[in-house]
Amino acid sequence: MKIMCAMSGGVDSSVAALLLQRAGHDVVGVTMKLWGGDSDTGCCSISDVDDARRVAQQLGIDHLVFNFGDDFDEHVVTPYIEAHRRGVTPNPCIECNRSVKFARLAERADLLGFDAVATGHHANIGRTAAGRYTLERGADPAKDQSYVVHMLDQAQLARTMFPVGGLQKSDVRALAASIDLRTADKPDSQDVCFITSTGGRTAFLGDRIPFRPGVVVDTSGERVGEVDSVELVTIGQRKGLGLPGGGPKRYVVDVDNAAATVTVGADADLLRADLVVDAVSWVDEPVVGPVRVQCSAHGEPRLATITSGGDGAVTVTWSEPQRRIAPGQSVVFYDGTDTCVLGGGICR
Amino acid sequence: MLSGSVGWVTEPAITYLDHAASTPMRAEAIEAMMPYLAESYANPSGSHRFARRARQAIDESRDTVAAVVGCRPNEVVFTGCGTESDNMAVGGAVSRLGGTAVCPAVEHHAVLHVVERLGGVVVGVDNAGSVDLDQLVATLDAEPDVAIVSVMAVNNEVGTITDIAEVSRVVRRHAPGALLHTDAVQAACWLDLHTVTPHVDLLSLSAHKFGGPKGVGVLIERGGPRVDPLIIGGGQERERRSGTQNTAGIVATATALQLTDAERDTEAVRLAGLRDRLVAELQHRLDGVIETVAPDRKVAGSGHVCITGVESEALLYLLDEADVCASAASACASGAMEPSHVLAAMGVERATALGALRLTLGHTTTEADIDRAIEVLVPAVERLRR
Repeated sequence: MKIMCAMSGGVDSSVAALLLQRAGHDVVGVTMKLWGGDSDTGCCSISDVDDARRVAQQLGIDHLVFNFGDDFDEHVVTPYIEAHRRGVTPNPCIECNRSVKFARLAERADLLGFDAVATGHHANIGRTAAGRYTLERGADPAKDQSYVVHMLDQAQLARTMFPVGGLQKSDVRALAASIDLRTADKPDSQDVCFITSTGGRTAFLGDRIPFRPGVVVDTSGERVGEVDSVELVTIGQRKGLGLPGGGPKRYVVDVDNAAATVTVGADADLLRADLVVDAVSWVDEPVVGPVRVQCSAHGEPRLATITSGGDGAVTVTWSEPQRRIAPGQSVVFYDGTDTCVLGGGICR
Repeated sequence: MLSGSVGWVTEPAITYLDHAASTPMRAEAIEAMMPYLAESYANPSGSHRFARRARQAIDESRDTVAAVVGCRPNEVVFTGCGTESDNMAVGGAVSRLGGTAVCPAVEHHAVLHVVERLGGVVVGVDNAGSVDLDQLVATLDAEPDVAIVSVMAVNNEVGTITDIAEVSRVVRRHAPGALLHTDAVQAACWLDLHTVTPHVDLLSLSAHKFGGPKGVGVLIERGGPRVDPLIIGGGQERERRSGTQNTAGIVATATALQLTDAERDTEAVRLAGLRDRLVAELQHRLDGVIETVAPDRKVAGSGHVCITGVESEALLYLLDEADVCASAASACASGAMEPSHVLAAMGVERATALGALRLTLGHTTTEADIDRAIEVLVPAVERLRR
């Protein structure tokens, strides 16, 4: 097959290209240029593009750079900024997968005559006896990325490949080292690619939106502290709230962005019996009933029941009360065996 | 040794329509440089007969370049590339004279980024990409202390010719103390430089745009030193540009420039015919092919079109797959295509500019290349529009 392999310049996508080539596919490597501003990690720095190109040269495959900067601004960066302005905490990597990698890039691959797009994600795509596609966790539990690709549907899965999904990370590195790929020892990228480690989220958002000071109150409404920027406060947060030391641990249990008021309470005040998930997409048919629910990239999957559907929003009832999830976070549903992604959406 | 056919005839299957990015070296230029890579390797600044041989080759090359450009030999400075020449002209003028640098918005980044870094003034252009003279007058009248005005003779993306004589009249009248520099990197193949040089103080060339090697540029400094040198050290090039001269490259540069000059008139006619046929055929077979600049305002080798409903990056991939080499706008450091600052300055809508395609012809271009380009381009565009 003719495969477009998205190469970030990291070891996973390097080995993905290697494995596709060894399987006899006609592989072209593509690095997306997404972000024009400061960056020290992720896919966009020139040295990462160099690494991708040098790996492609070593493998003897063509390497292209596509500039999807406009799409990235429109679908990832601007919504990220706007969400924070509204007091919502989004996951930009998931939005990039949804709107750029598995949409814009996949469409271009299709237009240019490619049969599939491959990435270095640690996830697996399977087929049922009935010919339906399944989306499964990666073989290495510590590196599983099924959470960040949960939005893929049947049509997308039919044209997507995750060549390293069945490998342990150590095996990926060993494969890279076995042919002296320059990315063999490259550290994993950890953070949002458009936010630098020096300035962090605060500097990035501070350059783009006005921060408003907020009042911190306890659950009885009594004022107990202040914060410099209500936009940077997240549900469940414990530090940076200007609270006096000592006493019981207190957590952010609610943020009223409009009123610039942060409510803190005990751990128990964070517990919720259920949550509502918006903008739900399904890998296959919509599901109602018992599921496992994961609310962060490497969070613990908890037992719950999807009790109602419709309008792209579902209500999830926890088997045991769980800490409240920050609005904007992706909520992903797995099957009872915690193997297959069923679908997911965004916490209201 | 080299045979006459060596040089560009290494990949006969390639249809190369990216001459404005780099044009193949002339076989004669390759041959002319070989002795200075092999047997005559001495440092031209040395004091032995071996060095004098290299020195003589550079002196003769300087004479040749001066004759083609229309200046005195001692006004010719050999540099490391066109970008260096541009940097030296603009940066060196502000360094020497103080004051402001001014350029139009469509300049090559080798000028534009220097002007921006120096806090200079960028003026607008007309819808063909030629400097807006009214805006230039207004800027020169408003700025008390203009050190240098830099206006390209031919635009590298869209091929537009700017009348440097007219620009010169404006600059001399409204900023009599300012130097005038022209980036003539894209002009050497197409314009008689004798019609440009007399109007300017500084003029930049790049050897690999006219069949010379990469790694050699020329800065003409008329009337003696006008700007501060960019690179100082051993005092080569009469202290205008230090660093051991690239003897082989300089010899090849002169050879290529002389050949280009001798063939210019006939080549311009031949290639304008091919270019017109290429564009006309594309427009005939496809809807939505906009010729960015009218042929009478641009150089013969430039075929720039905006194709609606396609994206350059995707189109270039399909052309590349079919061994047709073309380009869109300039590439950034990562290799990604950047939206064209030239088209933006000309007022071309961003959506239209995303379908920009630059097809540039040169001395090796044949009828067959044009046939092949049409044969590949038409179905590629149709496929991307489906």
